[in-house]
Parts: sequence; C-alpha cells; structure tokens
Amino acid sequence: MSDAAGPKALPIRVLAAKVGLDGHDRGIKVIARALRDAGMEVIYSGLFRTPEELARTAVDEDVDVVAISILSGAHNALIPQVLEKLRALGAGDVPVVVGGTIPSEDAEHLVGLGVRRVFPPGSDLGEIVRYVRSVARSRAPV
Amino acid sequence: MRADASEHREDQQERAGGFATLSWIPLKQVYTPHDVEDLDYSRDLGDPGQYPFTRGIHADMYRGRRWTMRQFAGYGTAEETNRRFHYLLENGQTGLSVAFDLPTLLGYDSDHPRARGEVGREGVAVDTLADMERIFEGIPLDQVTTSMTVNGPAAILMAMYVAVAEKQGVPLSRIGGTVQNDILKEYIAQKEFIFPPEPSLKLVVDTIEFATRYMPRWNTVSISGYHIREAGATAVQELAFTLADGLTYVEACLERGLDVDAFAPRLSFFFNSHNDFFEEIAKFRAARRMWAHFMKERYHARNPRSWMLRFHTQTAGCSLTAQQPEVNVVRVTLQALAAVLGGTQSLHTNSLDEALALPTEQAARVALRTQQVIAEESGVANVVDPLGGSYFVEALTSEMERRATEYIDRIFEMGGMIEAIRRGYPQREIAEAAYRFQREVAEGRRVVVGVNRYTIPPEEDRGVPILRIDPELETRQVEKLQQVKARRDDRRVRLALDALRDAAQRDDNTMPAILEAVKAYATLGEMTETLKSVWGSYVEEAVV
Repeated sequence: MSDAAGPKALPIRVLAAKVGLDGHDRGIKVIARALRDAGMEVIYSGLFRTPEELARTAVDEDVDVVAISILSGAHNALIPQVLEKLRALGAGDVPVVVGGTIPSEDAEHLVGLGVRRVFPPGSDLGEIVRYVRSVARSRAPV
Repeated sequence: MRADASEHREDQQERAGGFATLSWIPLKQVYTPHDVEDLDYSRDLGDPGQYPFTRGIHADMYRGRRWTMRQFAGYGTAEETNRRFHYLLENGQTGLSVAFDLPTLLGYDSDHPRARGEVGREGVAVDTLADMERIFEGIPLDQVTTSMTVNGPAAILMAMYVAVAEKQGVPLSRIGGTVQNDILKEYIAQKEFIFPPEPSLKLVVDTIEFATRYMPRWNTVSISGYHIREAGATAVQELAFTLADGLTYVEACLERGLDVDAFAPRLSFFFNSHNDFFEEIAKFRAARRMWAHFMKERYHARNPRSWMLRFHTQTAGCSLTAQQPEVNVVRVTLQALAAVLGGTQSLHTNSLDEALALPTEQAARVALRTQQVIAEESGVANVVDPLGGSYFVEALTSEMERRATEYIDRIFEMGGMIEAIRRGYPQREIAEAAYRFQREVAEGRRVVVGVNRYTIPPEEDRGVPILRIDPELETRQVEKLQQVKARRDDRRVRLALDALRDAAQRDDNTMPAILEAVKAYATLGEMTETLKSVWGSYVEEAVV
C-alpha cells in the first residue's frame, strides 16, 4: 500500500565487497559505514570472496550497486570476472564501482570494460556517497 | 592593534578543538615542570641501556651501532627478488626483508584456482624449497640477517630458510633474522590467517620452542603493531593491542613449560611510524617502559635481555598519498626521524610510489637514501635519546602508557586477547577510529596535504613511474612448480605429510615434521592442507 504522497522510495541497497586474497578491509569498512550513515542499506561481503560468490550475492540480495575495494594489484584479473559473472546471472545492469590501489591506466581499462568509476586512494568520502547514490538503479517500490 | 587582537582570536577559534594528537589526546599550549612532577628518573626513565629502558636499550645507542636499514622487498618470482636483493645489498642496505605474495601468505600454491591473478603481485611467490633456494642464491646466510614477513605459514617458511642454510653449510646457530610469525594481529588487522586462533597460537609456540633450542640468533616473533595501525588504529591502540598480543605469546610459552628467560630475549617488535611526530616518539618510549615492567614484574624474568623491547619500524604506508606522490618523501622523512628519535633498532622507509603500486627501483633507492641522510648528515644519531627530559615528550610518553594500559586491562578482563578477538573488540575499536579519522578528513578538520588542501588539478599532477608486474610470471611460476613436483620423490613427500598430520593430531611440536616435509620438496599448499585437515580453517565473522 502506498501512502498519499505516492510510492515510498526504498533505501538504496549496496553490496560492499572484497574480492581476491587481500585482507585490507579498512577502506571498505569506512565506505560501508559512510554509505550506511547516508541512509543506504549495506551488505558487507566479508573477505576473500571469489568473483562468482560476489555476483551471486549481488543477485540474491538484489542490490542496486556493487562497491568493490581491492588493494592487491590483482584488479585486472579479478574485476573483469566480476563483471562477466554479473552478466551471466542477468545482472549486467547493476553498476559496479571500484576503489583501491589502482594505477590510472588500469582504471581507464576497467572503465572501458564496464566498471562505472574507479576511486583512487584519497578519494573524498562525500563524493563516493554522492556518486553511489547517483548511479544506483532506481528501485521499484514493493 | 585591535585588528591584530581580533585576528589572533579568530585564529584561535578556528583551531579550537584542533589541538590534539592523531590519537585524539588533547594537547596543552605549553608543557612545564608541573607536567612531569610525578616522574621519577630512575624508576620511570633510567639511563639508556638501563631498566626500564625508556631512553633506549643500549647505553650508547647509534654511537655504537646504527639501526639496520632493512628495506622490505620482494615481488614476482624468486629470480626477480634475488636480483632486487643483490641490488639493495650493493647499495648499502644491511639486512634483507622478504615480502611474500598473498597466495603464499594464505597457504595456497601458485597453481591453486584462488591464486589466479595474485601470484607475485604483492611479494614473491614461494611454493617449495626450490623457490627459497633461488631467492637466496649467492647470498651467504651467515653474513646477512633476513626478516621474513609471513604469519599463517611462518613455521613452513622458517623451515625452508633453515633448509637453505643447511644446504649452504651454515649451522643453525649462525643464522640470524626474524620471522614475523605474529598470528594474533592477523585476526585483528591484516586478515591473512589460515587456521583458527588456538592451533595458530600453538604453531607459534612450536616455532619459538624450536628456535629457542637450535637458533639462538633468531627472532622468533616480530610482534607487530604495524598492520594494526594500517588498519586504522590510533597510536594508543597500536601500542595497546601489540603489547597485549606479546603478553599472550609469553603466557602461551610459559604454559608450554618454557623458561621465560630462555625465549623472551628473542621476542622482537614491529611498529608503525605515522605523521604525528611527538606522539610517535612517545609511543616508542612508552612501549619500552611498559614491556620492561611487564616482563620483570608480571613474569619475573631475571635476564635483562628479557626486559628489553627491541623493535623494527616501518613508516606509515597508509599515510602516503596517490596525489602529488613526491610529497611522500617528506612524510617518510619525518616519520623515519621519529623512529630514530624513538630509538628503533631497524627501519624500513616507504617509497614515494606506494599508494600506487609496489616500488620501482628508483623510488626504493630514494627511500633508502632518506635513511642514509638521517644517519650520516643530520647529526640526530650522535646523542642518545636527545628528547629525554623534554616536559612535553615525557608527559606524552606517560599519557600513552596510561591510555594503552587501560586497553590492556580491559582485554585481560575479557579473558585475554583470543577472547577479545572472538568478541570483535579490537576489530571494532580500530574500525571506529578509522571511520572517525576519515570523516575528519572529509570534513576538512584533518588536513592531508595534496588531498583535501593544497590540491592541484589532476592534469598538473605529473605522477611518478610505477612498477608493472608481468602477468606472464604466473605461468612461469606454475611451470616451475610442476617441474619440482615431477622431479621429487613422491613417496618421501607422502610419508612426510603423513608424519606432519600425525604430529598435529598428537599435539607434538610440528617443526621437525615440517622441516622433513620441506626437505622432501612438499609444497606449501600441501603442508597447509595437511594441517587444515586436523585444525580446520578460520572464517572471520565480519564486523562493519
């Protein structure tokens, strides 16, 4: 039932994720809290996820954005696999944003493959929150 | 006049609340003798080289011997790392420090599906003894000391180093170095764990017991605050959680029946040196004083070497910026200076490009030169503990001690570090501090030069060249692993792994069985899997 003002907007759901073997979770935890403080629902993947597990979680949790943090240097091997698995599960429209220690050439390469944006170290927290909000798929009210 | 006065007031208002250390310890405008009224020189400071070693562990400190310049290096394959080691030794470095890649740190062989894309990226890939032999080719192990940054599989890598030394004809009693081997901080911060905490702690005690008997020059654990700090802890938290981990190892060794004075002298520490210059110096001085008190009064150690907190320092990687990376040289210089004024025994200075990638050869050289300038040109190493007696530094040292002691007491009230980890206590405290700091940066209340102030447009930021790791090296490493597997005696490997499983099941010291498996060229992954079959693996309950 919607109220008189029309259908109520649901909070944006974000999968905050780590992929691969790197255990550096400071960044993703800060991002997760910032997104939560901004009113979003955040699902944290936990560490050491495979691309397949991430894509599956994104679909199962019906998220609007996948935000991945990676510092191991394995981004060129792992991020394209995440995109591929999402497409294979019919979730190719879920925007993927990535942050971490990623050289700018690699960032351009990843954007070319379909990543929406790469946030380098030192990115502004407020800007990340605004960006995630702007790219979130608009969710249909229940 | 009035304009000046109001300007002054405005300036004060603007910075109100801003006068605090990075751990949010409030700072006074000026420190006077009143701030050190309770300080008793012989009880709280002592001369350098005297209990409680607040002023340093040696009477003459760097006059007698400079700190070891131990740059952390390792990437790609064993051959590449061996080349970088020879390069650093030729450039005046005095100790080696090996970085291992993530699959190695997590106990996976290079051909494991989970290793794909990660081989050789953050360090060197080691699958079998053959890799370790190549890393140290042409490097006599009785003439260098080596630090190995490895924790989950530390016992295995230590056994490989021992086996290389034996092959070189160097007796175990002559090899010197450090294996990081600090598993507790993995659950708190770095997150490169394999087994659950209890068997992991048992494995640490196994290595301590082995080295205590056969390797008198070996540092058995490098109790590490570095990663705790990198995960977002404050200096106070770093100090508290590191010492609490150290106390846990001491208690586990005592439970094994070891004599405190047999093993405590070979425990060493590893701290971070961050931007807040005086707070860092105070942290190092407080750490020495606290450890000395614990070892002498709580554990009744009698050997003065058991009281001494010796430590390696690394400048704070997390403080470096990807923007205007050349500015990082300045940050690193100040952090390194704090470490030296704090009395470190060895030092790694980060390279200016580390917010972007692993260091290039040139960036690594500049980082080493930074230490050499401090050592050879600045004159700061000519006097021992030059800041001792400073009202401010002494008051801050005591304040660090007070705040860290509160944390340690709380952890032991919970039942100890393993219980605190299980409850997510240190993890939550660190995440809280990391978030608080990042919000202050976002709100401009904390200045990060080049990031939220004094920025330049990205197109003017010329950046620096970065090291590219050849993705082909993974294929080469997998081929080498297959060659080793084809050449080895499979029966010997099988027997060795069975013996390892039996040792773990019987709760024996696993080191002799690991050493035999290593010499049989069993792979790291095979040994890890064998131990997992007995102990299980650890899955973190994520705390956000």
